[in-house]
Amino acid sequence: MSGAASLTGPAGGANAARRRRQTAIAWTFAAPFVIIFAMFMVLPIAASLGFSFTDLTAQDVRTPFNVDVVGLRQYADVLTDPRFQHAAGVTAVFVLAGIPLTVALGLALALALNSGVRRFKPVYRVAFYAPVVTSVVAVSVIWRHILARDGLLNMLLALVGVQGPDWLNSTTWALPSLVLMAVWRNAGTLMVIFLAGLQSIPPAVMEAAAMDGAGPWRRLRSVTLPLLRPAMLLGGVLISVGYLQFFEESFVMTQGGPLESTLSLTYYTFNTFGFGDFAKASAASYLMFVVIAAVSLVQFRLLRRAT
Amino acid sequence: MTRLRPARRTAYVLLTAGAAAWLAPFAWMVLGSAKTQDEIFADPPTWWPRSPTGGNFARWLTELHFGTFFGNSLLVAVLTVLGNLLFCSMAGYALAKMDFAGKRLLLGVVLVTIMVPGVVTFVPLFVIVAKLGILNTYGALVLPFLTQPVGVFLMRQFMLDIPDSLLEAARIDGASEPRIFTRIVLPLCGPALATLGILTFLGSWNNFLWPLVAGQSESMYTLPVALSLYSTGQYATDYGTLLSGAVLIITPILALFVALQRHFVQGIATVGLK
Repeated sequence: MSGAASLTGPAGGANAARRRRQTAIAWTFAAPFVIIFAMFMVLPIAASLGFSFTDLTAQDVRTPFNVDVVGLRQYADVLTDPRFQHAAGVTAVFVLAGIPLTVALGLALALALNSGVRRFKPVYRVAFYAPVVTSVVAVSVIWRHILARDGLLNMLLALVGVQGPDWLNSTTWALPSLVLMAVWRNAGTLMVIFLAGLQSIPPAVMEAAAMDGAGPWRRLRSVTLPLLRPAMLLGGVLISVGYLQFFEESFVMTQGGPLESTLSLTYYTFNTFGFGDFAKASAASYLMFVVIAAVSLVQFRLLRRAT
Repeated sequence: MTRLRPARRTAYVLLTAGAAAWLAPFAWMVLGSAKTQDEIFADPPTWWPRSPTGGNFARWLTELHFGTFFGNSLLVAVLTVLGNLLFCSMAGYALAKMDFAGKRLLLGVVLVTIMVPGVVTFVPLFVIVAKLGILNTYGALVLPFLTQPVGVFLMRQFMLDIPDSLLEAARIDGASEPRIFTRIVLPLCGPALATLGILTFLGSWNNFLWPLVAGQSESMYTLPVALSLYSTGQYATDYGTLLSGAVLIITPILALFVALQRHFVQGIATVGLK
């Protein structure tokens, strides 16, 4: 039988000694990870929570004993800060508009790729997946160029007689522009997930539906989409964690503007940190964490059910 | 050639049009990177560069310390990958194949921290790194990323499938644990190590927020940091330089992606986004 099982057998002197030895060996193997993990992950997570109850600023880092515990004041300050509320609204629009669009597009791509297409399949996969692997900073630079007033997009719109706006300098269009780029960047991820989902639908189910006289649309509506619902839900939750933290796009493309119309929650936290208000930044980051953890828990649930 | 069913033909048309639209930004980037500054702002705009120039790339190599930024990005990525491959597989081995006091606690903490977003840790991380006196050094850029909980989880999940009898047989033959790990376990973990290595390289190469905060002098900039600061600073409207910079960041990773397509896609499908 397995080594691990025999070690958990009835407690005896020899077994206890062996288990102690195993414990020593195991922690030795885990040690490099545990040390780095404790120092740069667990400690910061705990410290962030600690900071959020104090009034720590950048100046205090040199003289740590100047710091006062202020309880929940930072949280109250953040929550009542109109800029934070605004940033939360911007992030909500980004997430709520971005997810359905990305899911719909990823689904369309997966369905098209799954409809018996054989030739050029790797080409399509590379094309739609390429944006996923690229640097957000680099693609933000490209899109800034495309969305400029005399940029590629408006040039194409002019060909069909439409006068496009100055996308990134318009308080109306800047945020939708960032959503557009996010959809372009992430649809490939969902395409891959949905394709895996589609391929796991047993052909027999489709054949049975066809035999019962269901046409292609009917099969899509009554068989494919219901069976794909878990994958769609998982995909949506999966990208939402990334969307909730969007930052680079607005940092490079709009600097949070115009008039803070693209100021995201991460941007707000980064700014607050930049002003030296470390405690307030920590409180803001923990508020984000609560939301992201809730979304992640849903994701974990879905993942466990899926596997 | 077989006749295509209408649905399939529609799919081909849609996919081809979509793929063209998807790749257009990259094509525009490459075309723009070969245009002179005047031509980029020409009215009416041009599609193809009238007289293609390498001047934008040359600027990165001469004025803009491309070598430093590229070297920083590569060094940080390589060290990060090596650290993750070694340390995550070691910890994964302990969690998958050994029974020890504190195992459940360690696994629990690993799983919980997977959910913590980067923005939560970066303020204290900054303070810790400042206290250690390594702000603005390679240590600051590399140390916090030498391991990641999701990597440990990935390696553990993969190693659970290695039969215990194999390891037990080696133990009976008198092999030491380090020997079993390096001679039996690691060689069996090829696919998991490839996935972890690719995802880690990708994450490091594209990482932005932390290198922006921790590497504040120009000699410590990674490529994305350099590009982002130029794109908001004195080069803000110098699209020739910015686009050629984007080409220089994107090309290596895209080449790697095309070469190792299947591993990339599988990796992301296994671990999820990030």
